[in-house]
Amino acid sequence: MTKINTVNDLENLRNKILEDREKFRATLVICGGTGCQASRAGGVIDEIKKELDNHGLNESVCLRTTGCHGFCEQGPLIVIEPDNLFYCHVTPDDVHEIITKTILNNEIVERLLYTDPVSGNLIKTESEIPFYKAQDRQILTQNRQVDPCSIEDYIAIGGYTALGKTLFEMSPESVVQEIMDSELRGRGGGGFPTGLKWAECREAPGDEKYVICNADEGDPGAYMDRCVLEGNPHLVLEGMLIGAWAIGASQGHIYVRNEYPLAVDNIRVAVQQARESGLLGDGILGSKFSFDVEISRGGGAFVCGESTALMASLEGKVGEPKPKDVHTVIDGLWHKPTTLNNVETWANVPAIMKNGSSAFAAKGSKGSKGTKILALTGCIKNTGLVEVEMGTPIKNIVFDIGGGANNEKPVKAVQTGGPSGGCLPVEKFDLPVDFDELYDAGSMIGSGGMVVMDEETCMVDVAKYFLTFLQDESCGKCVPCRIGVSRMLEIVTDITEGRGKLEQINLLEELGDTLSHTALCGLGKTAANPVLSTLRYFREEYEIHIEEKKCPAGVCQELITYAIDPESCTFCGLCKKACPHNAITGEKKQAHEIDLGLCIKCGICRSECKFESIIIN
Amino acid sequence: MQNTNLDSILESRRSQPHQLIEVLQDIQEQHGYISEETMATVSEELGVPLMDVYSVASFYKSFSLKPRGKNVITICTGTACHVRGAKLIVNQANAQLDVAPGETTDDGQFTIEHVNCVGACALAPVVTENGSYHHHMDSGKLRKLIKSLESKDTEENSND
Ligand SMILES: Cc1cc2nc3c(=O)[nH]c(=O)nc-3n(C[C@H](O)[C@H](O)[C@H](O)COP(=O)(O)O)c2cc1C
Ligand code: FES
Repeated sequence: MTKINTVNDLENLRNKILEDREKFRATLVICGGTGCQASRAGGVIDEIKKELDNHGLNESVCLRTTGCHGFCEQGPLIVIEPDNLFYCHVTPDDVHEIITKTILNNEIVERLLYTDPVSGNLIKTESEIPFYKAQDRQILTQNRQVDPCSIEDYIAIGGYTALGKTLFEMSPESVVQEIMDSELRGRGGGGFPTGLKWAECREAPGDEKYVICNADEGDPGAYMDRCVLEGNPHLVLEGMLIGAWAIGASQGHIYVRNEYPLAVDNIRVAVQQARESGLLGDGILGSKFSFDVEISRGGGAFVCGESTALMASLEGKVGEPKPKDVHTVIDGLWHKPTTLNNVETWANVPAIMKNGSSAFAAKGSKGSKGTKILALTGCIKNTGLVEVEMGTPIKNIVFDIGGGANNEKPVKAVQTGGPSGGCLPVEKFDLPVDFDELYDAGSMIGSGGMVVMDEETCMVDVAKYFLTFLQDESCGKCVPCRIGVSRMLEIVTDITEGRGKLEQINLLEELGDTLSHTALCGLGKTAANPVLSTLRYFREEYEIHIEEKKCPAGVCQELITYAIDPESCTFCGLCKKACPHNAITGEKKQAHEIDLGLCIKCGICRSECKFESIIIN
Repeated sequence: MQNTNLDSILESRRSQPHQLIEVLQDIQEQHGYISEETMATVSEELGVPLMDVYSVASFYKSFSLKPRGKNVITICTGTACHVRGAKLIVNQANAQLDVAPGETTDDGQFTIEHVNCVGACALAPVVTENGSYHHHMDSGKLRKLIKSLESKDTEENSND
């Protein structure tokens, strides 16, 4: 790899890369992110390589395997540049046709185009698809432009020029000021002003300081950080380099979730490439600035996303949080001043340096600037990763981008902020994606998970789900969290199993209040939010569970029974075959019945019946 | 064999207590679990008291202290997977193999595990089988997957 010793070297290299690429008349961009890989994109990539070889196209057509484009539901995805033709659900069998028709003859393979579910029209390019059209992809757009394992790709789109500008045109103080002026707030959940954190860390006494990237992404049901780190690792590195220079750190750490093997691989490659080209190491770009990064894998503990627990984990210890009477910006990793930011926070930094703070602050709402990446999942048509301007109303995200409910059942709520957040009902969908407004409504943006729920989701069960998660993940160090969460779970379990009493609702609220005031760390302080928010907006569901011993959504096993509807049943025998407990009787072509003595209400028969003949009473 | 393996994992990390988690990650990845003997070696080589090695190994979910089955089926029970029916999949695995998450079948063929999220939430529910991803899972698909793994195993056995 060529050493990049000066800003001039960087500029020359960029020009050379762009020049070399002029020979390509088309680029096949294929998503190789975790989602598309799950949809077998690997086979498509192999087939493209083979076909390009067979047709002698290696010198004129470029193949770029990238990270996640966001529209995971439609994967494997291919975009063909320069026209940005968009093909979805591509299989290896389609590749021959793509090459011979589209690449060689400029013909469109209509079968692979995206069909707009509303109008039924075929859509040719990515930018015309409603899912993308309603977004503002400041960060995510780059995922399509770079192969995460190619530092050249990142340099080609202007990568590391913000670093050059920072090192030679700005003082560390003015970098911190620029971040302050941008009003960037942390994307990891807390929404803490990033500039303020950097300023405190910069001013903290001590020569040795650290910067850390929090890529532990513990919110189950969110994957923004995976996509950014996996798809554009150099962007995160560049952000960390700028931050390190601003606060005066020469060592950085990336703490990445081990459940993301591809992200771990890609960031390792990126760090290696940056070292080889001199963008990490001593005297970066010919300046006096030295910086290197170490990668550590998380151990699958949610609490390790919390700053002090994460630092303990980096030191090789059990991940237990510490009381925050001293801030980690003063006393952090190895007791040194430490700046910890989330992946997406770091990823926002290079553009702020390049385009200025005012360009960043021009987007967004009063207290929440810029854009936010959200993981839109659950009972919705277009699941995937979306990036919107802060302040965008939830309804635009769920209905315009997400396309609404996925199976006729009306959308009931959206869960934001993961285990620390809450559930907001449809009536609140006018609320904007904004740190403060969502907090006031009893939820939070959190890291950006947005799980859509429909009428088949029981809100008491959701509360129970999060309490189970939190009980499991509580490190057990402080009493309020260890005992409080367990007590709350016991009560909610009573309610879902028909033993609940109305007065227990008050007790839940009381316990929740105590937890938020007395728990040691953020996990415990916010642990009651899923319960409190469902009580606030879906209280009647709790009451029906308690008073009528019924689960309106048909979820809570103890409160329902299954039966076969003789009208619609076609006696196909599928349910009988599927039932692992042999609870279904009846010969083929004859009425089937469920033996309630054997039935454990696992729901498998209902999910397998093709005629919706299994009904819940 | 295992010792050379351990040697290469420990190389350049000896006497560096803070490398404990990274070392355990590599051992878990290569051996499938962390045995008592390995913990003792790691304790000695890194200079970390055995008690601390044990408490770290048991605190973090990534580490398994028991050998796992030949096939590891990991069911995602994250929020996105939960609202799309992850419970059904757990129920299916449970009923078909007669083991709960965290357990291994008596014949050592299958271990069922659950995970909080693998980051493929848009394709929920998600199951990984020996590291490869299966999306939009349902009970029927899991039943077939387990059956195909079972018949692959019988085939291999009869070829021995
Ligand atoms: C229980 C708990 C889990 C957390 N998990 C994460 C996480 O997975 N990723 C993250 O970036 N921040 C997480 N945080 C927030 C971090 O403590 C910290 O505020 C954040 O990483 C700071 O970066 P930011 O200012 O850029 O957001 C968590 C906090 C708590 C209390
Ligand atoms: S919630 Fe299952 S993959 Fe994220």
